[in-house]
Amino acid sequence: MTNQSSPSSAGTAIELSGISKAFGPVQANSDVNLSVPKGTIHGIIGENGAGKSTLMSILYGFYEADSGEVFVNEKKVSIRNSNDAIATGIGMVHQHFMLVDTFSVLENVMLGAESGEVLKDSIKKAETELTRLEKEYGLHVPIHSLIEDLPVGQQQRVEILKALYRGAEILILDEPTGVLTPQETDQLFKILEALRDQGVTVILITHKLREIMAITDNVSVMRHGTMVAHRKTSETDREELAELMVGRKVRTKADKQKAQPKETKLKVENLSVFDQFNVARVDNVSLDLRAGEIVGIAGVSGNGQSELLEALSGIEAVSKGSFTLGDITIDADNPKNAKEMRDLGLAHVPEDRLHLGLVPSFSAHESSILGYHRDKEFNGPILSKVGNIVNYCARIMNDFDVRPQDPSLKSANFSGGNQQKLILAREMDRDPPILLVGQPTRGVDIGAIEFIHQQIIAMRDAGCAVLLVSVELEEIMSLADRILVMFEGRVVGEIEADKADEKILGLMMANAHKTSPDGEITA
Amino acid sequence: MEQSIVILLSVLDGTLRVSTPLVLCAMAGLFSERSGTVDISLEGKLLFSAFAAAAVTYVTGSPWVGMVAAIAISFSLSMLHGFACVTHNGNQVVSGVAINILASGLTVVLGIAFFRQGGQTPTLPKDARFTPIELPFAEALDSIPFIGQLYAQVISGHNILVYLAFLLVPITSWIVFKTRFGLRLRAVGENPKAVDTAGIGVRAMRYKALAVNGVLCGIAGAYLSTAQNAAFVREMSAGQGYIALAALIFGKWRPKTAMLACLMFGLLDAIAIRLQGVMIPGTETEVPVTLIQALPYILTVILLAGFIGKAIPPKAIGIPYVKER
Repeated sequence: MTNQSSPSSAGTAIELSGISKAFGPVQANSDVNLSVPKGTIHGIIGENGAGKSTLMSILYGFYEADSGEVFVNEKKVSIRNSNDAIATGIGMVHQHFMLVDTFSVLENVMLGAESGEVLKDSIKKAETELTRLEKEYGLHVPIHSLIEDLPVGQQQRVEILKALYRGAEILILDEPTGVLTPQETDQLFKILEALRDQGVTVILITHKLREIMAITDNVSVMRHGTMVAHRKTSETDREELAELMVGRKVRTKADKQKAQPKETKLKVENLSVFDQFNVARVDNVSLDLRAGEIVGIAGVSGNGQSELLEALSGIEAVSKGSFTLGDITIDADNPKNAKEMRDLGLAHVPEDRLHLGLVPSFSAHESSILGYHRDKEFNGPILSKVGNIVNYCARIMNDFDVRPQDPSLKSANFSGGNQQKLILAREMDRDPPILLVGQPTRGVDIGAIEFIHQQIIAMRDAGCAVLLVSVELEEIMSLADRILVMFEGRVVGEIEADKADEKILGLMMANAHKTSPDGEITA
Repeated sequence: MEQSIVILLSVLDGTLRVSTPLVLCAMAGLFSERSGTVDISLEGKLLFSAFAAAAVTYVTGSPWVGMVAAIAISFSLSMLHGFACVTHNGNQVVSGVAINILASGLTVVLGIAFFRQGGQTPTLPKDARFTPIELPFAEALDSIPFIGQLYAQVISGHNILVYLAFLLVPITSWIVFKTRFGLRLRAVGENPKAVDTAGIGVRAMRYKALAVNGVLCGIAGAYLSTAQNAAFVREMSAGQGYIALAALIFGKWRPKTAMLACLMFGLLDAIAIRLQGVMIPGTETEVPVTLIQALPYILTVILLAGFIGKAIPPKAIGIPYVKER
């Protein structure tokens, strides 16, 4: 408990003392203490399920704590709902934006903070106030545009404006950078710094060490519902924080040798996929995937990566162009479904594990054979061989350290990381020559990330051709040997992993990079 | 020429009369659907409140008292719908269908028990109904061809509820788009979570919307049995609640366009009434009125099948709001 100031010391914006909260048998927060000095940026870091969001939801009045006290500006308060929180000057920017998409920026800002029954006055007041806030903090947003027409970075600004408009002096941001490009993240950080300089207290919840180091003044680490450490950011480093989060030493960057690529396993030529409105989601994409290499596809989520994976794995139909595995070519006239693609040796770890990867209501052993459920091993003449399936599941669970190691537990009851490990185990167990992996570590804890990354690299070293789609730049940079960037369905550039950094990838993701005539990519 | 103008005016006059309950129901549906609650029970509320209006008017002799009873019944049914769907997160379509079945059966049972006329209510005398109102200068303007006639014969001479219904359209539009209530109403149907985090009660908003819905449906029911007709007849709503719902969807959940859709349905209905028993010129056969009567329903199916472009409903419609965990 370093740097913990006492409740009575001057300039404390938030003081939590002995907060506990249980959901049924799960203790989400136990005896949590936290002190945030006024006018600082305070990071709260921890793995998924460490209790960060619960703690902030208590502060914002979504949940009531079972015990403990909350002090705001050194006064004891009781926050029972969002209204109380707003009244005490707390504003929250949620991970999933709380905006009405079909409303204008102005209407969203006014909602719940209107000045009278008729909107006319509210509109006038909001317009003046927004202009002021815009000037003061550099929060530029076109106030009459509809939310659905704005990029996510600007939508997030609307959330911040909403909080400030309600007079928030303490701003909580829950995983704010998950949906942003690196450039948008930098802009957000500039805004947060401007807010701090004007005396606003910022609490930043994240699981990304880089962000904590980049912007916070102090950091508190949570693990399993408890506060395990408080540090001044300048006096700590990534390794220490990672260790505190996980409770053991972890490597934050995957170890790997240089790739030894061999023959081409998958050749994609001018592939396009049109959606129901005839818009090209994948637009004329060509790439080669060779045995023994990992090709990473980077890009802001929603730029055609998902559709590309779905087309290659046989879920989505090819509209134009083709791709070839060995001597088999798949195009619009020669489609193959997901089963046929698997039979050709293409394994797929889908991006959305709860919808495509497994059936949440199935037991683990049932989920563990999805896609391979026709195998002789699992089927008798009429009935399935449940014994074999359970044994098989137990074996792959053991190989991939899936916890708890219980084949009969419902798939939904595993943590995200363990669900993901189960899917990876299923897809990797047959040593497929081609592996497509989408967002392998989305929502996965740092400890499990390390393991998953090791497994993917081991597959590559064993000669598998791996296509990796991820929105996490750190992940792409540490795993991939070559990186392709997708923007609006097109591949806008390719770069060797050892030449890539966040800045250049960020520019490529926004299609704002320059390519020299010999293919060199520069800022 | 003279003849066709007379026919045209009488058809337009009829259009307004038959559109009135549709407009009232469509506005009622607009409030609840904009707040995120599907209201298929417009039909049942219309029917039940028509019964209540006729029965109470017959007993008291005052259509106004009858209308109060109609509103009370319709309001209660709306609250019942809310209790099932908003408080207990029930399925909104199932609850709506249940109300419709309840209304269809109970009105007949109660009708037989109270009046012993096979489920009908006794015919109301003229002074126990909403009667036509002559607008000022109607008689004087009737002599001016067309425009004057339009005023005197189409616009003037309806009962008060017709004027109320059409007046409610701009009022609804103003409430929905220009007031705080409207802003919150629209927000709660699009993203209730955003409303919740803004410190506004989602359920309270949905109940308020249903309250307005109940009142408007009650007026529509009273119109049906004490203004347009002079008694309650079993199943007299005849699908008009559903037609209003369809009009609301064609109108893309906007008051003015929904009203236009109601008028279109009304016009078809009025034409069907006007052509009753008319011979097709030059032949011995009657105009197939049943076909024309079926037109609104056929049109509903065709238009809903996608001929009006995509109608984008409020995003959260039909989904009960449950806080996470």
